[in-house]
Amino acid sequence: MLEIGLAHYLTVAAILFTLGLFGIFLNRKNVIIILMSIELMLLAVNLNLVAFSAHLNDLMGQIFAMFILTVAAAEAAIGLAILVVYYRNRGSIAVEDINVMKG
Amino acid sequence: MIEMPDMLAAGPEIALAVIGMVLMMIGVFAPEKKALSIVSGLTIASLIVTLAFVIWLADGRVVAFSGLFLTDAFAVYMKILVLLGSIFVLFMSENYVQREGMDRFEFPILVIYATVGMMMMISANDLISLYVGLELQSLSLYVIAAFQRDRVRSSEAGLKYFVLGALSSGLLLYGCSLIYGFAGTTNFDALAGLFAGQGLEASPGLIVGMVFLTAGLAFKISAVPFHMWTPDVYEGAPTAVTAFFAVAPKIAAIALFLRVMLEPFGGLIDEWRQIIVLISIASMVLGAFAAIAQNNIKRLMAYSSIGHVGYALIGLASGSEAGLRGVLIYMAIYLVMNVGAFACILCMRVNGRMVENIDDLAGSAKSHPMMALAILIFMFSLAGIPPMAGFFGKFFIFTAAIEAELYTLAIIGVVASVVGAYYYLRIVKIVFFDDLTERFDKPIGRSLSTVMTLSGVVTILFFLWPAPILDSAAVAAAALFPG
Repeated sequence: MLEIGLAHYLTVAAILFTLGLFGIFLNRKNVIIILMSIELMLLAVNLNLVAFSAHLNDLMGQIFAMFILTVAAAEAAIGLAILVVYYRNRGSIAVEDINVMKG
Repeated sequence: MIEMPDMLAAGPEIALAVIGMVLMMIGVFAPEKKALSIVSGLTIASLIVTLAFVIWLADGRVVAFSGLFLTDAFAVYMKILVLLGSIFVLFMSENYVQREGMDRFEFPILVIYATVGMMMMISANDLISLYVGLELQSLSLYVIAAFQRDRVRSSEAGLKYFVLGALSSGLLLYGCSLIYGFAGTTNFDALAGLFAGQGLEASPGLIVGMVFLTAGLAFKISAVPFHMWTPDVYEGAPTAVTAFFAVAPKIAAIALFLRVMLEPFGGLIDEWRQIIVLISIASMVLGAFAAIAQNNIKRLMAYSSIGHVGYALIGLASGSEAGLRGVLIYMAIYLVMNVGAFACILCMRVNGRMVENIDDLAGSAKSHPMMALAILIFMFSLAGIPPMAGFFGKFFIFTAAIEAELYTLAIIGVVASVVGAYYYLRIVKIVFFDDLTERFDKPIGRSLSTVMTLSGVVTILFFLWPAPILDSAAVAAAALFPG
């Protein structure tokens, strides 16, 4: 039987994190997808922390994960609020339309 | 009996957070027309009280909340700078906020929360408190960047800042998780103890974690290659907010960066020094060359601030107490001259409308001689021409770099500051020697002229009486290099 160990968790977290990162850079369609990718990155970090916490027998990692969860919720709320304001002004949330300022 | 944690050390932060909540209530229940002026007056007053509180509490190194929170001379010095930045920006933005459709009482309250976040960052002694402080600051800043709800540019600036800021928090957190996993602790003192002494090789996982953490922090101080949000956000955000971005959050992020690099990872200096040298060179060069082509003055100030971060990082790269002292002096001077420069930018109004192009300044020496003089002072100081304060900031940093035998870095820094002088002096030339095209509105307002005069006088006369800043910077630097 295959034993699921720390390395497996770390690999999954690393894959999720990379997916989130690429989701931000490669996606040219919709800002909502960027918000989802950000959540994915934060959850990958949580997975990492919880796996380490179990491995080290230390509670700090789980406490850290709880903090990240709460802050991520606040962050998503603010992100969506800014997005709504932006949509009202511009009438579109396509990534390629976010170009009033070059850069 | 449950023992209460020693909360006095975090007194200023706690007081400010509570004041923020009280002010929110006052804002809601006050008559709608007066809410903003009442709340912003009270905000400035409470920030001044907090500043006094911070100075009164200053007394050696105190660790509180089971090692999560720490105050020392370094933290006190940086908190004073951050609070001064917030106070000055709020003071000079009062008229701007009323004119530009931002007249809602939430603005000063968000500045308070951003300031609380910055003070938390400066006092963080653990990866968890670092993250929470950083996010409290960032979340408030995302909102004030998008505070002009009916302007496309402002909301776009907020959106860009949010997406890139959240990305950088993700990188930073991934770094934190790796550091936690491979070191087994999130506490700065414990991390420092791990690397000190035994000459232990750091594991590759730990180094990767540190690199991610550095990348996340470099985003927050807008060092190249993580600078791409800066010009857009500075240009799009309301000018008063840009002035805030250019001083307080930058100083707080630099403070955090210095503490993380020198305290927990001080033992790994050989690993991180090459990274810092690289991003320092890249920031200085990009700041100097990219600013030349800019027409928008806020964009120009963004590149200028990228360049200044590059100079500040030279001091960190030298990794010595003299280098740290140089950075601290530099940040104090940077605060003064940027506040002054943005006070001038806030004066750029034609028929009640803000203008932002450098060409709009043409010939303003004829219509506004005093403002033109102030621009002259601040641009000379930003360029680092003696005897302005900006020269001394650079001088201490380059001296430290030469003492640490980082000759290439020092030479590139000097060359970059010569190139940078071109675009600062171009503004002076446009102000004094071009023909008057647009006449700025008069009067410029009492708060703006007060801030301009005050920072102008400090900038010019710094060389006569530099002792207060130099001495307190030396004390603050000594706090991170015990023994």
